[in-house]
Amino acid sequence: MQVTNKLTPFFENLNFERSDNMMIVNFGPQHPSAHGQLRLVLELDGELVTKAYPDIGYLHRGIEKMAENMTYNEFLPTTDRLDYIASTANNYAYAHAVEKLLGIEAPRRAQVIRTMLLELNRIISHLFFLATHALDVGAMSVFLYAFREREFAMDLMEDYCGARLTHSAVRIGGVPLDLPKGWLEDLEKFLDAMPANIALYEGLLTENRIWKMRLEDVGVISGEDALNWGCTGVMLRGSGVKYDIRKEEPYELYGELEFDIPVSDRCDSYGRYRLYMEEMKQSIRIIKQLIPMYGDTEPQLMAHAPQYISAPKEEIMTQNYALMQHFVLVTQGMRPPVGEVYVPTESPKGELGFYIKSEGEPYAYRLKCRAPSFFHTGLLQELLVGTYIADVVTIIGSTNIVFGEVDR
Amino acid sequence: MRKYTSKDNVQGKAYYTDRFWVAPRVPRLEVEEGSHFANVASTLKKYCKEPFIEVGQLILHIKPSDNISVLSLLKEKCGYTQCSELSAVDYLARDGEFEIFYQMLNVTQALRVRVICRIKQGEAIESIVPLFKMANFAEREMFDMFGIVSNNHPYLKRILMPDDWSGHPLLKTYPLQGDEAASWYEVDKIFGKEYRDIIGPENRDPAKIDRYDTKRFSRVGYEVPFDADISEGEKENPIEYSKTIMANYQKSSKQLKERR
Repeated sequence: MQVTNKLTPFFENLNFERSDNMMIVNFGPQHPSAHGQLRLVLELDGELVTKAYPDIGYLHRGIEKMAENMTYNEFLPTTDRLDYIASTANNYAYAHAVEKLLGIEAPRRAQVIRTMLLELNRIISHLFFLATHALDVGAMSVFLYAFREREFAMDLMEDYCGARLTHSAVRIGGVPLDLPKGWLEDLEKFLDAMPANIALYEGLLTENRIWKMRLEDVGVISGEDALNWGCTGVMLRGSGVKYDIRKEEPYELYGELEFDIPVSDRCDSYGRYRLYMEEMKQSIRIIKQLIPMYGDTEPQLMAHAPQYISAPKEEIMTQNYALMQHFVLVTQGMRPPVGEVYVPTESPKGELGFYIKSEGEPYAYRLKCRAPSFFHTGLLQELLVGTYIADVVTIIGSTNIVFGEVDR
Repeated sequence: MRKYTSKDNVQGKAYYTDRFWVAPRVPRLEVEEGSHFANVASTLKKYCKEPFIEVGQLILHIKPSDNISVLSLLKEKCGYTQCSELSAVDYLARDGEFEIFYQMLNVTQALRVRVICRIKQGEAIESIVPLFKMANFAEREMFDMFGIVSNNHPYLKRILMPDDWSGHPLLKTYPLQGDEAASWYEVDKIFGKEYRDIIGPENRDPAKIDRYDTKRFSRVGYEVPFDADISEGEKENPIEYSKTIMANYQKSSKQLKERR
């Protein structure tokens, strides 16, 4: 029994050190606002964090090892399991890296579909960020509203590829499917409804007194530090560094599209929240431009590179040589040229890059996945020091880390 | 006689390769005069003799002892303020070396440089944490996955694998199956090494299903008496259908019509 005037430690994860007033708390690995399997060892002085040590690896599945023992096409569905909130972004980053290695380009219709899916995934991911971040900070209703819209977006993904989370909607050299009938109309309906919904979230949060108190000047990181710690995406742009790979090193159709890159020099969680909202609006703008572009394209979906990518089914069934090549590609896998490539893409979380070292074998000799969340987790050990324990949850939410890609 | 398989690379291999097949190479381009990359190459002339461009990025091969001076020159003189990624490639089987790469980004020019160096097995490399703090996690991962030690790293410790893990998973010698230490890891950790004999290899996997086990959950749903010995085969058990399922479709086709 507990003695009334003296608090005795009885939680197994609390450690009281008696020599000073420090307390060591294990935050996680099963903490609802740790966004996955993050074990954060915090040294507290009262409520002040004096030391933070992020311990990761609870979701380590050896995806890079798996990549070395799978053919290039076999590995693609595994990339779904990196950032499982927006899998198409991973599929695309990987497919794009292999395409660069092969020196091929997807046909125009595939590019339109890919860019649409990427931006739709960005909306899904940002809605998820908003919902969970608001829930962590204490705004329950935003979670319900944001998940409602996310569900509609995921229905669109489901209509396209049949999966809601693990999409595998991109292939090396193109996309597997054309858009189903009526999909673009559904998409347009969703996009038309979105601005009002974003206004709803912003109405609930942007000028909300509690929201501002919880987020303003919390998790401040200067632009120099952000670069130094390898921050990318919103973490970098929220610190006043205007760098978006879609704009600076355009891939797919981003070079032809009109969109703005929102930047904030607030450097805090509130600024980053505003950027996420702004990016969703820009994504809507991008998809709206893509819808008319779809109609002007030829129906070809996969690149024509018979050495690496199977010919269309019609050709396989009618031409002997195409069938032979298809057989070799299916049984042995494609053999890219010898060389190495690092291809960055702007995933919803930041810079997602794949480094592929090929020795001309059907298996990649080395594949390194540069996951944005990994470095954002590393940043926590500096960012959390000097903050209060109530802000820890806000900061973790604001970094928008996903453990599928932290641990790989 | 059993076919010899090399032990220094136990990873998956193509089961068939044409004898006459020669892999092509990704083209390596020369650095154009007057470009930004040419300036970078001339700044680092002392360290890198033959820079080239591969898939739009400048590649610099340097000596491993020069890594700090090259990266600090890149950071201060050439504007490569972010190191996006660093890791290693295992070439121990072929060359007895690791290849370490540093992927650098210039935010103002939107250009990328990859700095590559090679170290022998057992050699250490100087940590770049003083220049780029992102290396704190990245070098820990490199140590965890390859066993490459970074000198003067503030806290070099395993990051993804458990602290008491043996072996470095991304080495080409790391077995894909049959890692003895890995398969006993939970038993060693929870009960201790001396329990290996008591528990035995057949019980170390909690999800293992024994088809002759009639004591536990694996036979639920089958009409086998508790603790019966079924290793010699089961007693014939005629399947009985309940009355409700046995609808007589011949007698009245009304139900069938409704379903159609």
